[in-house]
Amino acid sequence: MADAPVPAISVRNIHKSFGQHEVLRGISLDAQDGDVISILGASGSGKSTFLRCINLLETPDEGEITVAGEAIAMKRNRAGSLVPADRKQVDRIRSELAMVFQSFNLWSHMTVLQNLIEGPVHVLKRPKAECIAEAEALLEKVGLAERRNYYPAHLSGGQQQRAAIARALAMQPKALLFDEPTSALDPELVGEVLKVMRALAEEGRTMLVVTHEMAFARNVSDRVMFLHEGIVEADGAPEDIFTNSDSERFRQFIGNFQA
Amino acid sequence: MGFDVAFLWSTFVKLGSAVPMTLGLFAASVSLGALFALGITYCRVSGGVLLSAFGRAYIFVFRGSPLLIQMFLIYYGLGQFPAVRHSLFWPVLRDPFSCAVLALAFCTAGYQAEIMRGGLQAVPAREIEAGRAAGMSGLLLFRRIIAPIAIRQALPAYSTEIILMVKSTALASLVTVWEVTGTAQRLISQTYRTMEVFLVATLIYLLINFIIVRLMALVEYRLSPHLRERPVTANSGGRQGEVHG
Repeated sequence: MADAPVPAISVRNIHKSFGQHEVLRGISLDAQDGDVISILGASGSGKSTFLRCINLLETPDEGEITVAGEAIAMKRNRAGSLVPADRKQVDRIRSELAMVFQSFNLWSHMTVLQNLIEGPVHVLKRPKAECIAEAEALLEKVGLAERRNYYPAHLSGGQQQRAAIARALAMQPKALLFDEPTSALDPELVGEVLKVMRALAEEGRTMLVVTHEMAFARNVSDRVMFLHEGIVEADGAPEDIFTNSDSERFRQFIGNFQA
Repeated sequence: MGFDVAFLWSTFVKLGSAVPMTLGLFAASVSLGALFALGITYCRVSGGVLLSAFGRAYIFVFRGSPLLIQMFLIYYGLGQFPAVRHSLFWPVLRDPFSCAVLALAFCTAGYQAEIMRGGLQAVPAREIEAGRAAGMSGLLLFRRIIAPIAIRQALPAYSTEIILMVKSTALASLVTVWEVTGTAQRLISQTYRTMEVFLVATLIYLLINFIIVRLMALVEYRLSPHLRERPVTANSGGRQGEVHG
């Protein structure tokens, strides 16, 4: 491993507390280009908080985050907590790590197409015509070409989440962060979103996916991380970890899903 | 009382000639007030203790006291102080029109600031978060995401405030500005035909407000296609607004 490639995302020893409650107690992760990593855990295990620390939507109390070899500069404020040293760097790194949210978070006052080109045009400062052409291709890909002039309120949950995935892709990100992308969907709409995500995984996109979809974790991801009470309780390739994990808690956790 | 069409018409023409003054008071005070309101809203939501206290105090004073008294204080009150009469503000403060505009603007600023704050607070946190996650911050985030959503949320309340302002310009007649109401009173003192003159004045205010209501409704309609019903036909092309509009 001497000439190991630079990881797309490298996170070291993340700690995070909300008041007295310590949600993350030292979590590390390395994602290589093309890795699809599923992050599992019961609710309250800290998995969403961990994902949100990676693009600094939550500021970790301790730890280091490196994206494509570039460390996010952090400093301590007067109270002693960690804060970003350079807001511009944070904005730039966020634009390289697109996020897909549990409740889609599309901009309600913009059409689907406008949602897609907003970041590329105004954050990445790319020519509008080029962005529109790319956005239309992406909408074709997620099956929403017909809906490009619709507003989010006029779409089903599954359509909104596919639009949100297309919006994330429009940023041409180095990696995609999915925060429980199917948890807010009606059961019959989950499949269409997972299908899009599976296609992205097959294209070799780098993806971190916080999810409750065991089948996705097992069949699509390269690696599965199981968080329990703020630490990594189990970690490994899905074929190993799902069949013979030494973690009693993980076996219990997947047992609940099979029941 | 006979129905004197000729008199009604001549009154309409005379009061109509005062409409530009009413509209001038209205336009100047609403836009100046909006500028003040932006500053007060900033104070109010800044999070700073002093700024926020100033914002609160301003809103409390100007919403809580009669506009007429505010206007009297500015026009009749300030002139009592020699320091004011000798300051460089005197050319403004001795002029009834400027004083009326100032009083109206100070007052509406208090109301508009609360409307703006309400609009800002109604912006869903998750849409702001999506902006941050895409790499937006500061002015860009405000300009592209927060302000457009806040304006849409605030628009209905803002329309009401604007209509109230058209009517409030009538108070300027009490500091000798010859707008529609003042001109009507002058006509009455000459003709003693109170009913007819005030009815015509009422009609003029209704006409002005009718136009303003329609304009605001048009703006609201244009800005809120996302709040209307889903289009009936699954069209692949044109804008949604056109499906319904």
